[in-house]
Amino acid sequence: MSTVTTPSGKDRGASGGILDTLRRLLRMRETGLVLIILALFIAMAFASPYFLTWNNMRAMAMAFAVEGVVVVGMTILLISGGIDLSVGSVTALAMVIAGLLFLNGIDPWVASGMAIAVCTAIGAAMGFFVTRVGLHHFIVSLAVMVIARGLCLLGTGGRPIGLYTLPPEFKFIGQGSIGVIPVVIVIFVVVVVVFDFLLRRTTMFRKVFYTGSNEKAAAYSGIRTKKVVFLTTTLCSTLCGVAGIIYMARFGSAQPTFGIGMELNVIAAAVIGGASLSGGSGTIFGAILGTILLSVVSSSLALLDVSVYWQDIIRGSILLTAVTIDHYLNKRRG
Amino acid sequence: MTAASHDDLILEIANLSKSFGPVRALRGVGFQLRRGEIHALAGENGAGKSTLMNIIDGILRPDSGEIRLDGQPVTITSPAMAQTLGIGFVHQEIALCPDITVAENIFMAATNSSRALLMDFRGLERRAAEILRRLGDIDPAAPVRSLSISQQQLVEIAKALTLDCRVLILDEPTAALTEREAQILFEIMRTLAGQGISIIYISHRMVEIFDNCDRVTVLRDGQYIATMNVSETTTGEVVSAMVGRVIDSLYPPKLAEDERSGEIILDVRGLTDRQRYREVSFQLRKGEILGLAGLIGAGRTEIVKGICRLEGTVTGDVSLHGRVLHLAHYADSIAEGIVYLSEDRKGDGLFLDMSIAVNVSALSVEQVATRAGIIDDRRETEQAERLGGRLNLRYGHVGQPVSALSGGNQQKVAIAKMLSVSPKVIFLDEPTRGVDVGAKAEIHRILRDLARGGVGIVVISSELPELIGVCDRVLVVREGRIAGEVTDDEMTEDTIMYLASLGEQPPVAS
Ligand SMILES: Nc1ncnc2c1ncn2[C@@H]1O[C@H](COP(=O)(O)OP(=O)(O)OP(=O)(O)O)[C@@H](O)[C@H]1O
Ligand SMILES: [Mg+2]
Repeated sequence: MSTVTTPSGKDRGASGGILDTLRRLLRMRETGLVLIILALFIAMAFASPYFLTWNNMRAMAMAFAVEGVVVVGMTILLISGGIDLSVGSVTALAMVIAGLLFLNGIDPWVASGMAIAVCTAIGAAMGFFVTRVGLHHFIVSLAVMVIARGLCLLGTGGRPIGLYTLPPEFKFIGQGSIGVIPVVIVIFVVVVVVFDFLLRRTTMFRKVFYTGSNEKAAAYSGIRTKKVVFLTTTLCSTLCGVAGIIYMARFGSAQPTFGIGMELNVIAAAVIGGASLSGGSGTIFGAILGTILLSVVSSSLALLDVSVYWQDIIRGSILLTAVTIDHYLNKRRG
Repeated sequence: MTAASHDDLILEIANLSKSFGPVRALRGVGFQLRRGEIHALAGENGAGKSTLMNIIDGILRPDSGEIRLDGQPVTITSPAMAQTLGIGFVHQEIALCPDITVAENIFMAATNSSRALLMDFRGLERRAAEILRRLGDIDPAAPVRSLSISQQQLVEIAKALTLDCRVLILDEPTAALTEREAQILFEIMRTLAGQGISIIYISHRMVEIFDNCDRVTVLRDGQYIATMNVSETTTGEVVSAMVGRVIDSLYPPKLAEDERSGEIILDVRGLTDRQRYREVSFQLRKGEILGLAGLIGAGRTEIVKGICRLEGTVTGDVSLHGRVLHLAHYADSIAEGIVYLSEDRKGDGLFLDMSIAVNVSALSVEQVATRAGIIDDRRETEQAERLGGRLNLRYGHVGQPVSALSGGNQQKVAIAKMLSVSPKVIFLDEPTRGVDVGAKAEIHRILRDLARGGVGIVVISSELPELIGVCDRVLVVREGRIAGEVTDDEMTEDTIMYLASLGEQPPVAS
């Protein structure tokens, strides 16, 4: 039997020989991304001797790992038909809340739990405005993006707060390693594997696909679509909270201006990885490959001393190219 | 009859082929359309009718073959080009913009090509009203979203009528119309044909073809089979040309006298939704197929959706096998085994971009999953294959997206979805809309088998012959109330229409 990658019809194939499997694999978006990333690696290995070093690999992985947690939440939300522009500021807010609580004598673990709870509540509030009041995700999260950033600045006076007294076992989640593997990466891999499995295989998350594909048809299949959207909205903010805490442990400080523009990166990664802005399709694995691609490109450009301004231009162009190619592939298959 | 001279032909198609990947939708098809004729195109679901029309309209490009218009070879590359050539097309699936008004929708094409900078809304509405008057009672200023499916279909037709076309293609226009609206459409078609306009008419209803068309061309499996003069052929001949075998009967035998039981499956009492229906009470007995008849807008669909808790704020009791149900959401209704097959398969019946298997399991994914909620792909595939086989679904593999299926096969997927949960009561809203004769007979047989097996079946249909052919008992709904019940010999089109429009039985003829 064939393996099934997503519930969307496109990637499902009839069972068949190795050749069939191969052909299907080639048509999958993930394969294309892996090939592009490999090509980049090879090119960079020649262009810069430093690129293939363990230190650089590690630095690159650290760079996308935490953001990857947010990408997971965003992908699921996109599949359900929503979008969240507030991810950057909610991530920063988690840091700021946990940091301030810690400075006021609260245990860092408890402080972190409380910060994640606040982020969850923010997500739930957005879910409420979307599903009960009937506003659009875009507008609600735009408002929350601004409000959360305002709260960050209000709480800190706009300056980063140093958390020099964080206990080492807390810093461990951001800075430590298990063997040679950084803890951050372990967390990232666990989150990705778990959610990838849930999304592909469980009934609970299948309903997310149904809802995003055609909300009305989902309702006519007895699915409580509002509940689904409420939960995906909330989950995205919760994961932002988790990411914020990891960042805090890594930096040893709380940065109120952290994550500005993060939403664009995260949405771009998910879309490059195959998530549709109109809902109903997307995979975690693809989105993570999208994140890796963007991150490898960024660090390559940095290594090659390309100016930051050019980096933005190039990132934008990659997004446009990926989406265009996909559009045509889909058309041909359709 | 002698072969038509070439001057007579407005449209000629020769040797047309089209494949979608491995699916060969058309194989060397030929077709000839005369000036001023109404030419029916018949064939089973997936025979290639819509594909052929889409090619004529420039939506699809043929792989090979020739199209001649007025004897000149043409390459039609877009619907806009087809329009300038005088080809108008009413699609099988309704494609209107739901948020703008009827008038704007009707004149979308005209507005598109107009040079004027500002929209003349008044003018549009006035002209739309003129056209709509011929078709029935639709407010040109209403947003399309607020219309019923049949009204939307009329708007689609009105849209094509504004185009001044020489060739008008109607792809299953009556699938969504009531008997009366269909009659109005046929009158308009005859008038147009009288003015020299040629019409290609696609329908699965033989009666319509034989009452209104001049010739009929039959396609089977993407191949041309035959063109016949309607006056010189019979339904049987056309049907066997379509299916390649003989179909003995469209309707299975009804319940015999001694098979009727008093056992009540579903008991609905005093169902009320203040706006749309009041005090609706009826009982569904074991073994029977119950029909709901009524004009469009009578409230049949609303009542049924109310029972399933799909819409409305409903009061009143619903009991299943003598137990009063407490339903708050459609999910509760499904859990009790009461399901609803939507009349709008594209809008709310199916997930078009998802696979057949995923669509079939949508009512209860839990069923193809382990207790822990992990979906078992193999079981999901098997379920779709099993139900697809039972309904004679034509498909490549169950991983195909539903959008790649022909209209009738999409409907079968929607029915398979209902059957997947082994329901106790099924409400079917226009269950054979757009389904070919063979499949229709099959669906009717399946409904009968289900009823015999103890499943409660309620059918809503605007096609009276279907209700009369399939149902053991028909309730007539009028203005949100049950106006009457007909059984056995009373079950005639006349009685039902009388009840539906006037709310009383016709006077007994002496
Ligand atoms: N976009 C598509 N991709 C793949 N296959 C397609 C596509 N469109 C149509 N087909 C296939 O082509 C065949 C002909 O389909 P078509 O829609 O023309 O049938 P039809 O005669 O109009 O049937 P119906 O009576 O059900 O409307 C079917 O087997 C269908 O599955
Ligand atoms: Mg068709």
